Amino acid sequence: MTLTIENKEQVQVQATNEQSDVLLSVKDLQVWFELKRFGIGHAGYVKAVDGVTFDLHRGEAIAVVGESGCGKSSLMKTILGLYRPTGGQVFFNGQQISTLNPKDLRWYRSQVGYVQQDPYGALPPFMTVERILGEPLRINGITNRFEIRERIYKVLEEVKMFPVDDYLYKYPHMLSGGQQQRVVIARAMILKPKLIVADEPVSMLDASVRVEILRIMRGLQKTHNLAFIYITHDLSTVRYFSERIFVMYAGKLVEKAPVHNLLHNSRHPYTHALLAASSDPDARNAAVYRDVPPGEPPSLVRPPAGCRFHPRCAHFMEGLCNVQDPPDFEVETNHLVSCWLYKPEKPQ
Amino acid sequence: MAEKTLLHLEDLKLHFRTGKGAVRAVDGVTFDLGYQEAVVVLGESGCGKSSLAKAILRLLPRNVDAYSGKVYLEGQDVMPLSDEEFRYQVRWVRMSMVPQAAMNSLNPVLKVGDQVAEPMIVHSRMKKEDALAQAAKMFQNVGVPIDFLGRYAFELSGGMRQRVAIAMALVTLPRLIILDEPTSALDVLTQANIMNVLKRVKKELEISYILITHDIATSSELANRVVVMYAGLIVEDSDAMRFFQKPLHPYSQMLMASVPRLRGDKEPEFITGQPPSLYNLPPGCRFADRCPLRFDACDQDPLLVEIESRRVACWKYV
Repeated sequence: MTLTIENKEQVQVQATNEQSDVLLSVKDLQVWFELKRFGIGHAGYVKAVDGVTFDLHRGEAIAVVGESGCGKSSLMKTILGLYRPTGGQVFFNGQQISTLNPKDLRWYRSQVGYVQQDPYGALPPFMTVERILGEPLRINGITNRFEIRERIYKVLEEVKMFPVDDYLYKYPHMLSGGQQQRVVIARAMILKPKLIVADEPVSMLDASVRVEILRIMRGLQKTHNLAFIYITHDLSTVRYFSERIFVMYAGKLVEKAPVHNLLHNSRHPYTHALLAASSDPDARNAAVYRDVPPGEPPSLVRPPAGCRFHPRCAHFMEGLCNVQDPPDFEVETNHLVSCWLYKPEKPQ
Repeated sequence: MAEKTLLHLEDLKLHFRTGKGAVRAVDGVTFDLGYQEAVVVLGESGCGKSSLAKAILRLLPRNVDAYSGKVYLEGQDVMPLSDEEFRYQVRWVRMSMVPQAAMNSLNPVLKVGDQVAEPMIVHSRMKKEDALAQAAKMFQNVGVPIDFLGRYAFELSGGMRQRVAIAMALVTLPRLIILDEPTSALDVLTQANIMNVLKRVKKELEISYILITHDIATSSELANRVVVMYAGLIVEDSDAMRFFQKPLHPYSQMLMASVPRLRGDKEPEFITGQPPSLYNLPPGCRFADRCPLRFDACDQDPLLVEIESRRVACWKYV
């Protein structure tokens, strides 16, 4: 995506006008990390996120699917305000988050909840559930003991930890993995955020409890009209729990589509490969080899020129794919694909 | 015991001693494994599947409370062997293992080629050059470029490291490899790649697998047979074809229903409750508390009964 300066300004104006529906707006986001040689000299950049653009509406759940090292965690951490973007902007409610002052940043963090991947690592081992959940409230100026108590009860009931009194004084190690993850979700929810960012929220859990956790999150999303961003590498779970799926490869979003479109009418060759490699339980799988594109994801320090998937792509077109970066083509309403195969016949 | 049995387990038990009492991790497991067969051991975490692998390979921690039963490998009872004999005759010679998170447990200061060659030097008293040549052959088998022999683990990607771990298990050409969650930490494409490698190796080198996993969808890529464990016991043992179509035990049915599917539109269901603690197990079916089909008979231990050459431990089928 190449936006000219005028375009960028227009986009900013739009972002402030569309406050009503768009909650989070990411514009041409770049997150690059500088590599140092011997601690001083410059040795290039790791282009973890390179030109990511999307809008997230209120009450909408999206899933970002990609392999490890594709930049999905850097994208998430930038949205959370933990990394500063090196280029582009992130708007929340029309406000650009990289320019927030510390006070507003605290407000922003109360608006955005974070569900970590490893619940045991994310919960302080020396705090009881009650303290873990009370802390964000106290930090944000709610000091009335009764109110704190009431909100803790309410949020624990929402994540289906009944009876609440059984859990309040337990330490994280006394809970099962599923219960720990529910405490993490409760902690993300306790400040009544507008957006929840969940980083592989169920990958550390047993298959039998995964669905339960995902249902709880889906329920919370519906009842509170929350926006959700799931970061994951598992296509089969997200389909039931999100509205749109974004496929990320080597720092870029290569396909953005509603769930049904992506699963049944995927366009990008990389998405095809992901779908073909995921299996459903079926004994016939054992008899066949799976089609996997050759090679491995590229280094993000020196990504291939043009489309970053081209060295592994079966539809590679010499002179186009390895030269020019493909822009987003809209193949159907809301279905964007960044691949030269879908270049319209006439210029738009 | 049939001629074509590679591994025969009989009432294998492995209990651990802890501060709270004995943990009955593997509590009497009996099954056979044929040549060139891949058995998948499925179960939730804490059901004893990794302990089963340790019990078969006799990789025991210090706090063992009880270790009993029979392990026959190609007709030979290996339980009476001393630890030293077992180490030289069985482990990594006739059966080896790809442990959990193997890709993260490679030695960081040894070249991966040397690590793969090491079992040959130790077990077959091979010269280093010959062992390295054998390692190079194994690298080809699992799809690692040969010039990676001289690299260190940190120079390889996760998928490549996992292949090296598989090569390490293969290098002595054992009959049986136990794979403990070989793909759970990997990405979808890498996972499919590793599964392809395992399928090819099975065919070309005539190897049997015991695949321990909780990922039902991926396990179907390799399985000839499925064994479902619950709380230290086998609750179902069936051929893969019929298991994936129609599992018998209520627990297996619920496990299958909990798998999110990419194709087809059935929403996954979850299993309520938690597996019982393995400290003081009450008598009766261990799954009864979570079972929707519970009835009076479930207060007694169910036997593993055979139905049409499948085995299932549930009173429903008695």
